[in-house]
Amino acid sequence: MIVRLVQRIAILLASLVVSSVLVFAFMAVLPGDPARVVLGTSASDAAVAQLRGEFGLDRPLVTQYLSWVHGLVTFDPGNSYISHTPIGPQIADRLQVTLWLVGTGMVVACILAIPLGIVMAVRHRRPSGLVLSALSQVGVAVPAFLAGILMITVFAVEFGWLPANGWTPPIEDPVLFLKQLALPALSLGLVQGAVLTRYVRSAVLDVLREDYLRTARAKGLRPTQALLRHGLRNAAVPVVTVLALQLATLLVGSVVIERVFVIPGLGSLLLDSVSNRDLVVVQDVVMLIAMAVLLVNFLVDIVYLLIDPRLRVGAS
Amino acid sequence: MGHIRRLTRHTRTVAATLACLLLAACSAGSLATGGTGDSRNTLRIGLSAEPANLDFTKTEGAAIPQALLYNVYENLVKLDQSARIRPSLAKSWSLSKDRRTYTFQLVKGVRFSNGAPFTAEDAKFSIERVTSEWTLVQKAQMDVVDTVEAVSPTELKVTLKRPSNDWLYRMTTRVGAMFSRTGVSKLATDPVGTGPYVVKRFNRGDSITLARRDGYWGREPHFASVVLKYFKDPTAMNNALLTGTIDVIGAMQTPDALYRFENNPKYRVIEGTTNGEVVLSLNNGSGPMKNPKARQAVRYAIDHKALMDTCWGGRGKLIGSMVPPTDPWYQNLTDMYPYDRDKARKLLKESGQAGRTLRLRLPTLPYATACGTVVKSQLEQAGFKVRLDQLEFPAAWLTTVFKNADYDMSLIAHVEPRDMQAVFGSKTSYIRYDNPEFRALLQKADQGTQEEQITSMRAAARLLSKDAAADWLFLLPNLMVADQDITGLPVNNVSESLDLTGLGRS
Repeated sequence: MIVRLVQRIAILLASLVVSSVLVFAFMAVLPGDPARVVLGTSASDAAVAQLRGEFGLDRPLVTQYLSWVHGLVTFDPGNSYISHTPIGPQIADRLQVTLWLVGTGMVVACILAIPLGIVMAVRHRRPSGLVLSALSQVGVAVPAFLAGILMITVFAVEFGWLPANGWTPPIEDPVLFLKQLALPALSLGLVQGAVLTRYVRSAVLDVLREDYLRTARAKGLRPTQALLRHGLRNAAVPVVTVLALQLATLLVGSVVIERVFVIPGLGSLLLDSVSNRDLVVVQDVVMLIAMAVLLVNFLVDIVYLLIDPRLRVGAS
Repeated sequence: MGHIRRLTRHTRTVAATLACLLLAACSAGSLATGGTGDSRNTLRIGLSAEPANLDFTKTEGAAIPQALLYNVYENLVKLDQSARIRPSLAKSWSLSKDRRTYTFQLVKGVRFSNGAPFTAEDAKFSIERVTSEWTLVQKAQMDVVDTVEAVSPTELKVTLKRPSNDWLYRMTTRVGAMFSRTGVSKLATDPVGTGPYVVKRFNRGDSITLARRDGYWGREPHFASVVLKYFKDPTAMNNALLTGTIDVIGAMQTPDALYRFENNPKYRVIEGTTNGEVVLSLNNGSGPMKNPKARQAVRYAIDHKALMDTCWGGRGKLIGSMVPPTDPWYQNLTDMYPYDRDKARKLLKESGQAGRTLRLRLPTLPYATACGTVVKSQLEQAGFKVRLDQLEFPAAWLTTVFKNADYDMSLIAHVEPRDMQAVFGSKTSYIRYDNPEFRALLQKADQGTQEEQITSMRAAARLLSKDAAADWLFLLPNLMVADQDITGLPVNNVSESLDLTGLGRS
């Protein structure tokens, strides 16, 4: 167990270093000069060169990389090129917004996928199971932003039940907050839920074919009882993996959803910063997302060890 | 049993973690979109481009002066809706006989939002600061200033190195904004001006809230606060108005969608004019467009009316030159190169450039992508070979087209006021138009009397058009949609400011 844990931590650290190098290298080769974007269409070359100096862009790449990593490690990423405000609080503010979105999206997906997937697996040869299965395929095929646009058109513009876009923090106006959160969370959650349903279904199907489940039935448990008591825990391992992978998809998917619903989250910050060539902010946000994904994968590995005792035994 | 106990423990841990997250999130977020306060007292306007920060002395972009000029900052003189120069912080001014010295009489009893009084010393400080501290190219507009003298707290004397008609006009733009001597330390986040509003909150990625300022010297604004809400996606902006999240669409980016508002008694569609000439830029310096006949062929090949109908819903104005109708020297030059496909073919053949492929490099902006494909198709019908590619705006387009002039044709709206000089008057501009006669005319216009200015500017615009230095597709309209009861909206977008001082509700 401990060997495993140390292994995992080493992998996590190595991945973090590699991704930081990659992120930095991508930004360095991105065409477009931040100083020119700030100074605009008709700035003189001298003015641009001076501003590049102020930004520290005239230093060797290695120095730039090291000072960036130093900033990250000491939790002081410095100021944005463009807005002249500290990056840390800016990202923190936006992250909270995105976490709400991703969190509720995930909850919607789970609420939808777990019962539906189980029903689809149990009834996989019956018409109701087939219909559900077909519907979930459609769900998989629809991109989240399209779902979002459709829902805006129907529920906001046509019926006027919910606001079309915008964001209000929960402490300021909880009711408006929920109203505004509903459509984006649904559009993220529905599509992710459809994907997740497929995995839950196949995981449960696999479990249904296992010997131990037949044994449980033979001991006199009804099918549902057997599944609930002995099956779900086993089916959970692959589902948890997918959930973790989906967290990454959700983070990325929220970039587009935030644009469609005009939500000032991490995704909007990322897009704006790319277009303004606010490279430090882009670097930091991408790195944060990379870190989140790596960390989630790390945690999933740990959760495996908890859920499945076989893995623990195998290690020691 | 052991299993169950462990499961419960996990469940508890998970529940506790979730609870923590929820608490953290609840306490979180100073980011709100729009105001939720009293809607009668708040006006919410949807706009497209968000300012990168609030400092227009060091950061380029039309969005910053659009929000702040005349509203937070004031100038000595300002432009009205017909683009005429009007008094603002200067109640009057006079020009000396040699046309070099302006004497301004300033309004008394004006205070900045930081409490400091506004005097001629501040005006002197602001004008001189443009040359010493600003980093933008616009700072060159103050190079003509020789000396600035604060004669008394309410009298300012500015002497120019040579007569310049343009200088007073530029004083209505961002370079003429008046700053407090004690209020320039944090321009990017905390602007200090004499205007009727102050910046109350800037939610990056979302909105700027302007609040009415107590003790403003002029007429008090009707609304206690005005929220400028920024939308990257034009459809989202339309939906926001339809669902009541905003009250006004300040800059309509999708003329095709106007029908959603035009037949609805709840809304009013406003169509005014702008300074935004949509230019089909031609690279006069190198490549196939260096050839004058090839450039003329391009101008004959384009059916401007059909183009504007297709890509901008028929809204806008055909102008045929770099001059909008609100400038005193406007003349309709659309008949200089009337649409004539056969003539275009013939000229293209004579130019010897017929076999070459033109690179039409478009910025990723709604009007550019919409109109670019129409341009391509019209040119191809006249025998041109055109390859279209898109460059991300602003960064990639600025570097590739604007700085390196690595293009044959591009398409961009030049929205700055009176920008003939900036775009065509310099050999190093991306158009690479180089005509000493043209430059001489501009100089004459700047230094002469007002009549001479008009005559020379007309001659310059005509010369530019004759040389086919570019093609002027159309003038962008100023399209706004507002709730029926909103009054005092700036119908014409002719200054750098979105002038919010006259807003009201009927």
